Amino acid sequence: MAQDRHNKGLIGRLWTMLMRIGPWTALGLFAAGIVFWGGFNWTLELTNTETFCISCHEMQENVYKEYRDTVHYQNRTGVRATCPDCHVPKEWIFKIARKVQATNELWHHFMGTIDTPEKFRAKRGVLAQHEWARMKANDSRECRNCHAYGYMDYSKQARRANQAHPKGFDEGKTCIDCHKGVAHRLPPTEQNIGAPKKAAKLETR
Amino acid sequence: MLTVLAAAALALSSSLLAQDRPQSLRGATPITGTTKVDQHQRGPDQGPIPRDYVQQPPLIPHKIDEYRIDLNFNKCMDCHAWSKAKEAGATKVSLTHFRDQASGAELANISPSRYFCNQCHVPQVEAKPLVGNSFKPVDALAQPGRK
Repeated sequence: MAQDRHNKGLIGRLWTMLMRIGPWTALGLFAAGIVFWGGFNWTLELTNTETFCISCHEMQENVYKEYRDTVHYQNRTGVRATCPDCHVPKEWIFKIARKVQATNELWHHFMGTIDTPEKFRAKRGVLAQHEWARMKANDSRECRNCHAYGYMDYSKQARRANQAHPKGFDEGKTCIDCHKGVAHRLPPTEQNIGAPKKAAKLETR
Repeated sequence: MLTVLAAAALALSSSLLAQDRPQSLRGATPITGTTKVDQHQRGPDQGPIPRDYVQQPPLIPHKIDEYRIDLNFNKCMDCHAWSKAKEAGATKVSLTHFRDQASGAELANISPSRYFCNQCHVPQVEAKPLVGNSFKPVDALAQPGRK
């Protein structure tokens, strides 16, 4: 008998196991798996909506209000990029990694780390740096879900854009190197005007 | 004497009553409909636009939609600051903007009184002038091919 089990292949052993628990139980487990996975994914996608993001007043009062003034919120054609389009990766493995990271944001939500506009303003520089670092590290992956270098028609771009884009690509720049603050306001930045600001010099444009 | 006082009190109270409700500059003329707002298409980005008179603040020859000027950041300075202009291919902020207008002192940085660029510098739209105009630039600004 022991010899017999060793001789069976993987499929054979699985079959034996299946027969032991009975085909109906096996079918039930399979169905439960589908329901569990579907439910998990459904719940995950629920947290990937603008409505969910702005259900926290930190987002609603600060970043969402700023975003409403920008082209990614409202524009000529009505094609939009909502919060998760830029802030949550589309590929599953990166998405899960980001969602795990987001548990830290939940913690800070309940701690009230940025629950007033004043606290948010004080922290804006740090938070912005995190997002820029993420974009820089992944070569602006979320931008490129819609904006693909390879499909840009320079002849249709405005004068400044069609000069800057080829130059930037040649220099190996990524979107976020120049396009900071496209959907939200920028932190205090030293710009050689007036009294020096208490902030690191940051490169935009 | 009493009648004079009463008349004065009446006049005062009626004027107070009149002030109770805000009076529109429009007077009693009712609003009959919505005003048509002209839809102006912004022209394409272009190079520097020639001045029409010598003291004219240079016009902005490109779109400035969503270019914010706030406490934290001035989008114009992103290209027009002296440290950025060459790389961006943009016009530098004028040297005159380094002078503090109150004291007349020359500063090491652009004067904060010049922070809000679009108080003087404005973009243009393709629009028909509302009234005729026979203004002609001085000869010093004359350029070949210019009306």
